Amino acid sequence: MSDSLIIADKKFTSRLLLGTSGYPNRQVMLDALEAGAPEIVTVSVRRISLEGYAESMVDLLEGKYHLLPNTAGCETQRDAVLTAQLAREALQTNWVKLELIGDRETLYPDGEQLVRAAEELVADGFVVMPYCGDDPIVCQKLIDAGCAAVMPLGAPIGSGMGICNPYNISLICARSPVPVILDAGVGTASDAALAMELGCSAVLLNTAVAKSRDPVRMAGAMRHAVEGGYQARRAGRIPKRSYAEASSPQLGLIGT
Amino acid sequence: MTDQTSNNQSKSSSIAIVGAGVCGLGIAWRLVQAGRTVEVFDKGEAGRGATWASAGMLASGVEAEPGEQALLALNLTARRLWPGFVRELEAASGIDLGYRDEGILSVAPTRDDAEQLRFTYEFQLGLGLDLQWLTGAEARRLEPHLRAGIAGAVFSAADHQVDNRQLAMALKAAFLRAGGILHENREVTGLDMEAGRVRGVWVGEERHGAEAVVLAAGPWTGELSWVPEAARAPVRPVKGQVLTLGMDPQAPLLTHVLWAPKIYLVPRRDGRLLVGATVEEKGFDETLTAGGVYELLDAAWRPLPAIEELPILETCVGFRPTSRDDAPILGASAVEGLILATGHHRNGILLAPVTADAIARLLLSGEIMPEARDFGPDRFARGKLADAV
Repeated sequence: MSDSLIIADKKFTSRLLLGTSGYPNRQVMLDALEAGAPEIVTVSVRRISLEGYAESMVDLLEGKYHLLPNTAGCETQRDAVLTAQLAREALQTNWVKLELIGDRETLYPDGEQLVRAAEELVADGFVVMPYCGDDPIVCQKLIDAGCAAVMPLGAPIGSGMGICNPYNISLICARSPVPVILDAGVGTASDAALAMELGCSAVLLNTAVAKSRDPVRMAGAMRHAVEGGYQARRAGRIPKRSYAEASSPQLGLIGT
Repeated sequence: MTDQTSNNQSKSSSIAIVGAGVCGLGIAWRLVQAGRTVEVFDKGEAGRGATWASAGMLASGVEAEPGEQALLALNLTARRLWPGFVRELEAASGIDLGYRDEGILSVAPTRDDAEQLRFTYEFQLGLGLDLQWLTGAEARRLEPHLRAGIAGAVFSAADHQVDNRQLAMALKAAFLRAGGILHENREVTGLDMEAGRVRGVWVGEERHGAEAVVLAAGPWTGELSWVPEAARAPVRPVKGQVLTLGMDPQAPLLTHVLWAPKIYLVPRRDGRLLVGATVEEKGFDETLTAGGVYELLDAAWRPLPAIEELPILETCVGFRPTSRDDAPILGASAVEGLILATGHHRNGILLAPVTADAIARLLLSGEIMPEARDFGPDRFARGKLADAV
């Protein structure tokens, strides 16, 4: 069906991607993943052991989800490339979510190094999905470098501020030949729905679910929001007007 | 002597406990008090595993997280047991446990932190916990060395602390005084089974008969190859790096346990200041890392800059025994005679007395304590949390 999300020739039914950090505990994480029903889940290569010992993250998730390793915590091109290669070896996947952080306080991506790292990884045979700023030009350069998707931020990681510049996100979506996945900034379900209405192909989030009062319920809400936003985008919103227009006919009312 | 090779009833009526941390020793002490023969085995020295690296916080209030309401009830029961437990154990062992009841102060150094702290505070108030919101100024009246500009704080008067290492030594002493048998540096290598039930343990070629075996091996529980598949518990090690700084005991920088984002600081009466702990999913990696130490010092310095003058007395890497839902695994396994008391995650010290009571009661009378009912090993087979919301 044409409703599939397609990244690098691989089809996915779910348009929600979930992260695996910061849940109250592992059981809540597993239950939240079940409720959110993502197919792709991200794991932080530098922060967890990839050895797959009993009860490790890899042991619990492998086989049930498409594990997407990320290079969270990397601040140089070299670091990010090495981390991606390590993940490829340990997890037997050439997919990577490329994160290259330029500044610890804002966790904004370092656009310049990101493009170079993406080029290097693409040449090395990786399916590269870069976490990037909401700058249409940086996104274009990443696409030119051969990235399989681009993942612009809605707002800084973990901030929950939603989509700070919806115009940029819709501009990126309008121009991109590869899937645009909104990454970072989502605080609640309406943010995820808005991302889809703006034209994103999918949404990746973590903190909004993991740190909510009820992560399992919030994961379910995100699943519905992403699906709702996607369907609304496809259905097409009506133009906005300044004055009301009654939805029922105004002529032929009783008494006229 | 303890080398039992015969299989007669009188000798096999003893109980074997694998693991001499606070949980294993606590259970052992309760059982010898009740007149049972108890042998405790540890692959190293008593109290040198997860117990050693912990901070001894008895934090049932400020620690409560979403989805863990059943655990909160157990934690609160444990908290109520502590004062009496301290009196009893100090009398039985002659060892001071370093119990302190000043309370825990959780501070937010920035406005963002304060928003997060208030979000947690309101959730915890909703659980009926007795917590108090303080302004930065009020927090500094409690702890004058706090940095100016603290954006808010929460005080939990009922969350106390104990010296974890003294606790282990006291339990060991009380257990030995009461006639218990402790085998340190003796690693259990197998279970002796007969007709599907446990008859003892093997230490190399040496058999020790037992009618029941309690598995209290903490973070190592998951990697014991001799545990039958049916009795495997979902427990993994979660690495933590901890520093100990030295304060002047006459003029300590801190008197309350202090929490701040990514950090706790625990002041002991002898002047030691524990700074912990990283939370790392790295298996049994024992490396002390620059990043780990930096993270601890940075996070500690933010609320309490005066730590920069203090000497570093000790660095330590430990492993939390973490179950899949962060709650302990207490009760009979699917193998007859094999009992589990493990998976306590961050709450091993807090839960030691209630674990001791629950497992001892189970072994002595077959009764399951009401508070322990939600924490049986079978909850994972169902695949759901007992208190799923």
